[in-house]
Amino acid sequence: MTVPETDRRADSHSSVGRSDDVPPPAPPRRRRRFRPGALLLLVITALLAALWLLPLAWAVLTSVKPEAETTGIPLRWFPTEFTLDAYRAVLDGGHFWLWLFNSLFTATVVTVLVVILCTMAAYGFSRTDFPGKRALFAITLVGIMVPPQVLIVPLFDQMVLLNMVDTYWGIILPQIVTPAMVFILKKFFDAIPRELEEAALMDGARRWRIYWQIILPLSRPVIAAVAIFTFITTWNNFLWPFIVSTDPHFMTLPVGLAAIENGYGLRFARVMASAVLAGLPLLVLFVLFQRQVVRGVAHTGLSGQ
Amino acid sequence: MTVDTGPTGTTRRAPATASPPRRRRRNLTGLLFVLPFLLAYALFLGWPLVGGLISSLTDASLASDEARFVGLDNYAEAVGDPAVWQALWVTVKFTLLSTPLLVAVGLVMALLTNHLSPGRWLWRLAFFAPYVLPSTVVTMIFVWIFQPDFGLADGLLASLGIDADIGWLTEPNTAMMSVVLTTVWWTVGFNFLLYLAGLQAIPHHLYEAAELDGATWWDKLWRITLPMLRRTTGLVVVLQLLASLKIFDQFYLMTGGGPEHTTRPVIQYMYQTGFTNFRIGYASAISYILFALILVVAVAQIRLFRPREEAS
Repeated sequence: MTVPETDRRADSHSSVGRSDDVPPPAPPRRRRRFRPGALLLLVITALLAALWLLPLAWAVLTSVKPEAETTGIPLRWFPTEFTLDAYRAVLDGGHFWLWLFNSLFTATVVTVLVVILCTMAAYGFSRTDFPGKRALFAITLVGIMVPPQVLIVPLFDQMVLLNMVDTYWGIILPQIVTPAMVFILKKFFDAIPRELEEAALMDGARRWRIYWQIILPLSRPVIAAVAIFTFITTWNNFLWPFIVSTDPHFMTLPVGLAAIENGYGLRFARVMASAVLAGLPLLVLFVLFQRQVVRGVAHTGLSGQ
Repeated sequence: MTVDTGPTGTTRRAPATASPPRRRRRNLTGLLFVLPFLLAYALFLGWPLVGGLISSLTDASLASDEARFVGLDNYAEAVGDPAVWQALWVTVKFTLLSTPLLVAVGLVMALLTNHLSPGRWLWRLAFFAPYVLPSTVVTMIFVWIFQPDFGLADGLLASLGIDADIGWLTEPNTAMMSVVLTTVWWTVGFNFLLYLAGLQAIPHHLYEAAELDGATWWDKLWRITLPMLRRTTGLVVVLQLLASLKIFDQFYLMTGGGPEHTTRPVIQYMYQTGFTNFRIGYASAISYILFALILVVAVAQIRLFRPREEAS
């Protein structure tokens, strides 16, 4: 199963994200030249991958069938007549575009706020001194242990008090508190050599300029990972937006779709068309930025647990 | 392991050479850097955290403005509430059924693709893509697949000549299994990536030494690969445990907790207590019990994994 020749040394961080590298020419070893095992391996993997893609393919195939064909028995893989009626129905009726906007808007605002607040806090904790710093950082770390799910009931109570139910702020603000991101960023900042900064300090540069002109540009990869992770989790978050938005005009795409799924009844072509449309933005994002997404989700998500 | 983000530098202290006036200015500046985050933290984490604890000691309700202090009555009620125990049991059952699958499938995926250089991006795309989808999309697809008779699951069985009336989402045990299968499809990609990283961190010379001793791939798998992945497996299991305690979306969206609450997880019961029965006080007490359970697992995780991580 292990084929040492093609194994490339790389640290575990970057190797997960490699896809474009060409294996170096393998030193020829005679006893391994013919490998029926490798072919078998390829076949098994391909079958497993096909199985994993099957539900997605089935969703797409269903969505381009005429409604009457979806529930036929026995099941047919391909439509006899290709149609985009289901997509038209989803896009024309209901609030699809509004929900798409809501998702895009709230996820973008949350991401921007998280990046600003967390890089600033991480810089403060990493590079400056002020009274109570250790205690405040300890409190930040404790926050990582609090799962947002257990706060939904008191948080909703609070939103009622603040008049934030069915508002964008109600969806956004509770999602911007991500102490895990402060922790991740601080760890990264800690490892940036201080010499760069001290030279600038000698020249009389202010902290803000150092943060903006030295630290942030040096931290682009980790900031990208944090941003991608935040965007995906906010876009996909169901529980909190579901609780805080009762008015369809303030629903995000996942919440809105769950609300109308029953409304479509047994019209599964429409249900699948809306699923495909809602899943598409993130799938496209994933395909385009595969390496960054993998790093962002696996890396950042893990440290944030 | 990928647990550590970025290069772990030891925290060095700045040389204490700054002159006093400058230091004072820096003091204020430092505080200004952390203040916006701490303000958000206090408002949207601290407030509900304390507010929830307080209301868990009262009979607060969404239906009335008055709340009476009732001490630990809510907690006592929760301990004696069969619905709480049933919801916890749903979680335990889900964990026991899903964890072995999530570990085994993720491991097999990583072992299969680790050295399969052609199409590396394709495998990762296939196995990890579901993970970036929202729970709503995933459950919509699987509710459709699990439809009786004309759904894909029954359709495939029928084409194999099996005409079973399975009731994928309507029979208690089957409904649980359907949610488990959906979850495996959706989230196993994450474990796949963890195992892939774990595999690539195994020192190469171990395999070379074993080969010199004439070890077969089977020997290498059992004597080197799996033992070296033990830590990854531990991590996967703990993360799975934490995720299971917090599970809500899949059950709520696929079965609504039914039939007869047999697939209703803790968060859904908490949600219904608070927002359907308006009992904010009691719902807060349930959240705090859940929180305590999650903390136990999280602290255990830190104690199990942090020391060795720092040593390595």
